[in-house]
Amino acid sequence: MTQEVKKNASTSLDINDVSMSFELPNGDTAEALKDITINLREGELLSILGPSGCGKTTLLNIIAGFLSPTKGSVSLNNRFVTGPSAERGMVFQQGALFEWMNVRKNIGFGPNMQNIPAEKVKQRVDILLETVGLHGFGEKNVYELSGGMQQRVSLARCLANDPDVILMDEPLGALDALTREKMQGLILKLWKETGKTIILITHSVEEALLLGERLIVMAPRPGRIHKEYQLPFAEQAITMDIREVKKQTNFTTTREEILSMIWEMEEEIMGRKA
Amino acid sequence: MLILSLYIACFIILLIVYKTIVKRFSPYSKQKINTVTFGDESAVKPNRTASVLSILTLFFIWCAFTGSSLSPIHAPGPFTGNTSFSYTAKNSNDQIDTAQVYIRVNPVDGTLASPSPSNKNTNTFTKNDSAHVSAYRSVLIRVKMNDIGGNDKDYQIIKINNHDIKIKQTLKVDNGVVSLSKKGSLSFTPNKGWQMEAIWLPPPEAVYARMIEIAKNGYQNVGLFENIGWSLTRVIAGFLLGCIVGIPLGYAMGLSSWFRGWFDPIVEFMRPIPPLALIPLVIIWFGIWESGKISLLFLAALWIMTIAARAGVSGVNISKIHAAYSLGASKLQILIHVIIPNSLPEIFTGARVAMGVCWGTVVAAELVAAEKGAGKMIIVASKFQQTDIVIMGIILIGVIGYAIDILMRVVEKKLVPWKGNS
Repeated sequence: MTQEVKKNASTSLDINDVSMSFELPNGDTAEALKDITINLREGELLSILGPSGCGKTTLLNIIAGFLSPTKGSVSLNNRFVTGPSAERGMVFQQGALFEWMNVRKNIGFGPNMQNIPAEKVKQRVDILLETVGLHGFGEKNVYELSGGMQQRVSLARCLANDPDVILMDEPLGALDALTREKMQGLILKLWKETGKTIILITHSVEEALLLGERLIVMAPRPGRIHKEYQLPFAEQAITMDIREVKKQTNFTTTREEILSMIWEMEEEIMGRKA
Repeated sequence: MLILSLYIACFIILLIVYKTIVKRFSPYSKQKINTVTFGDESAVKPNRTASVLSILTLFFIWCAFTGSSLSPIHAPGPFTGNTSFSYTAKNSNDQIDTAQVYIRVNPVDGTLASPSPSNKNTNTFTKNDSAHVSAYRSVLIRVKMNDIGGNDKDYQIIKINNHDIKIKQTLKVDNGVVSLSKKGSLSFTPNKGWQMEAIWLPPPEAVYARMIEIAKNGYQNVGLFENIGWSLTRVIAGFLLGCIVGIPLGYAMGLSSWFRGWFDPIVEFMRPIPPLALIPLVIIWFGIWESGKISLLFLAALWIMTIAARAGVSGVNISKIHAAYSLGASKLQILIHVIIPNSLPEIFTGARVAMGVCWGTVVAAELVAAEKGAGKMIIVASKFQQTDIVIMGIILIGVIGYAIDILMRVVEKKLVPWKGNS
């Protein structure tokens, strides 16, 4: 699983007819995902949005290889995903950094595990520290950093491995609104500079609109694709100010449209429960 | 009871005095940032003044009740010196006469120079008596022996200091009590005062002097440091063996269902058994020599370390493991770089508990059977009623146990600086 990643001309991630069902303690089966098919070309930025319980984290865990789907398959560069691997990097919400290592060692963890010479790792880490705006923080302990800075370390740690796909599981979920906006800018910058394929999960509608060339809204019970959008905002936000992008009328109308869509889903769930 | 009430009184008085002083001299310390402190556990921090006063109070009570020269105030000590009382007897002819009994009460450590004087007699048939006794002891005075007709059947003691006395009755006299035995003898017990006899509780300076003496000359041919060194060696050997076996076992139980299932009943069964309950079996199996004691300490440390290591593995945030896998780490790399460092805080907590238990167990094991060791020293001393050595040993055991815990905390701070910060 940790073989040298082949640099194909084009990387593609194919999620093929994936279904996932769990057995409940009372013997029933719960369908977390039903017939999900998504094809991603190289360098695409996909955000996935949905109410809680729609299976978006399950889907991400399947792509990462932490879960094996009950039906269907995921393949990257025409190779089936059977387990976690360095070619699919993951950024977690929080708590995934290693407190016993300083910032530099955290970022260099992936390359170090692959026995890349220390000198090379150092160079790569230096560049990444610069890229994510943590210049001079290399020798700090991660528990001394603020939440936003910790997420910068997480992003850098993921990039250090040069993965084909970056999976982000609510990476900004634990941050305050101001830091969050700054970090959205950073993610867009990294996407543009590295050209990585990124899948981002969020439950903030605004974030999904901004950080998605493509946006998939999922619906719960069973988790399925409800609606798909192609959006211009991510591209715009690279050249424009993020605040300006968010002020545009087509941004706000799309946001309201999706919000009411999600409200309807939530109400339907409540109704079904009652 | 008296000591307890004195202790409580000291507590209350010092509290009031402290509060008054704080109020009087630092009015600004009343302005607290947190207005709610009652019920907020994090706002309650140990008042170090109280800690110091607490130790001083205990020390003061110890000094005061042992007649120590370190304290200016003492509880009243036992009576020593000369005292006397009179007795009145009736002889077979119904004559009544009175004579004096002179008593010299010697201090515990020595005797007063000359026996008490037997004054000249002007009486008809009773004769003055004299006796001597040590403080805290009592003495039987056969006053009738030298009286004329004292062995007659109707001879009878009827009064002490002009108070009527009957057989088996006890009367208060100056500096003591007198009781009349069935056979007509008088028993005098001098006042004991409130102080403890050295055989119960020696004064602090005696304990200190004994410590210096034992540190220099040893006790029963074994030096003080040799005794403590043996105990410490056993603890460290047992603890390290416990770690060497327990930590990998705990990791295995945290990482493999088979190991967890196999060892779970054993660990859960052994955990609640106090190590002391294993002493008899360990002596039967391993004998009373070093192997026995070290096996016992090994067993004491083993389960604690196993459970600590298992908890350390279970406590790892699954995100960290997932992150390490998706960064391309192998299982072995995850064990070395993620699981082991992540479990260190738990392991240190376990190690502190295990060290404490081991230190307590080694003393107990030495009480049962040992040639050398802190526990052995105090059990031997107790057999010779050398209370000062027993108390010295207890204080040393406590101080060393405390020192071990502080040392472990220092090491923990050095090795696991992220504890409580993640």
